[in-house]
Amino acid sequence: MLLLQVDMAFLIEKILLITVILFGSLGIAMYATWGERKVAAVMQDRLGPNRAGPLGLLQPLADGLKLFMKEEIIPDRSTKFLFILGPCLSMLTALMTSAIVPWGPDFVAASGHIFTLQVADINIGVLYVFGVVSLGVYGIMLGGWASNNKFSLLSSIRSASQAISYELPMGISLIALLMMTGTLSLREIVQQQHGFWADGYFSWNFFKQPLGFIIFLTCSFAELNRAPFDLPECESELNMGYHQEYSSMKLGFYLFAEYINLFVSSAILITLFFGGYNFPFMDQMATSLNSPILFTLICVLVFMAKVICMILFFMFVRWTLPRFRFDQLMKLGWKSLIPLALVNMLITAAVILLFFNK
Amino acid sequence: MNILMLVATNTPFNYFPVVLQLVVAVGFVVVMMAATHLLGPKRRTKDKLINFESGIPAIGNARQPMGIKYFLVAILFVLFDVEVIFFYPYAVNFKSLGLEGFYAVLLFVAFFFCGFYYIIKKGALEWED
Repeated sequence: MLLLQVDMAFLIEKILLITVILFGSLGIAMYATWGERKVAAVMQDRLGPNRAGPLGLLQPLADGLKLFMKEEIIPDRSTKFLFILGPCLSMLTALMTSAIVPWGPDFVAASGHIFTLQVADINIGVLYVFGVVSLGVYGIMLGGWASNNKFSLLSSIRSASQAISYELPMGISLIALLMMTGTLSLREIVQQQHGFWADGYFSWNFFKQPLGFIIFLTCSFAELNRAPFDLPECESELNMGYHQEYSSMKLGFYLFAEYINLFVSSAILITLFFGGYNFPFMDQMATSLNSPILFTLICVLVFMAKVICMILFFMFVRWTLPRFRFDQLMKLGWKSLIPLALVNMLITAAVILLFFNK
Repeated sequence: MNILMLVATNTPFNYFPVVLQLVVAVGFVVVMMAATHLLGPKRRTKDKLINFESGIPAIGNARQPMGIKYFLVAILFVLFDVEVIFFYPYAVNFKSLGLEGFYAVLLFVAFFFCGFYYIIKKGALEWED
């Protein structure tokens, strides 16, 4: 019944937005690989990619083309269907999480039509992210198991138990945040962090929940399989990890999915803790500009700048810290982060109820 | 105009763009997989299709029983994740539930810690043995 009322303009607007976001995140993921190699090079006093185009800027395109033109190898003893399904699922879940991120404020066109820069505003926003992210484990698990390779299998089991272990503290640390916001919708969470300073305190959630942020950030590192928690793909123990047997674009899907996840989780971290598209003196700017489209554009640019800073932070950490051992990883997740997140939640609840409940 | 009203309230209609995104994403994945299947060369040899095991001949099947610890972690995750999910409705409504609700949750967290203490004392999370 409801679907019958969809009009063409709405459909076109949404499809256009989805296409821009999907290809935008693919483009950013491609250039994140370039960025990662440049960051690694700078930190290790090397030059990094510099042959393809100025500063090696065409390197990601060359890499993509190479992956397309490579031979597709499916090992004899693998389970063929699951072997192909693994990377597809990984990519699919990576592409789905961006649906609920608010990329910028709404703007009202001269005709009175309201454009929203968010694909779907659903009232369970945060839970949707958790749901889709936990489906991503299947991609790695299926790929690793279907390869019928000992390294892949070990790597995928490690990855699965790592991801599920860190989902617990991640979920609990977010509860403290949700107690302050009182909503799960990312759009409302961003709107509550309007500007930078409100009622005599910073309005961004980072300043209200610093411990929650640190726990959430640590768990993001583990969920993204990034150093110092990159155990599923540690070269010295597992050769290449769960994508050992993969070649051509199937390998590319795993690698790109990782970078898309990096981009989207940076966006979600910024949305939840660093005010999303909000920036200091935004109200003054909106009135002095007097052009809603330009203002929205600036907000989106501010958001992207914050996201890129976050991605760079992820990269700096990767090339600075050594890798954890598996038992250390599990110990940190279960014995430190879970109690810490629970205590943080209780303290937040007590403080809000005793001092801020009007 | 009625669409804007629908979006403003919470209805299943809010999930419609998610379905659209799923369709676009599936399309993208299928096209890319088909493209890479058609573009690459196909020269299959018997040696190329065996599993890689650091260059030595493969020994046995990879799908053997593995450490029980991994399964234990998975089972503990299911237990504790259900408990964590119970916190979500509380977190959204806790201001209206007030101090009484807070005491109830305090008790719940105490039970949570009892289970947690038990599994740690049982050595469920010990990895060296």
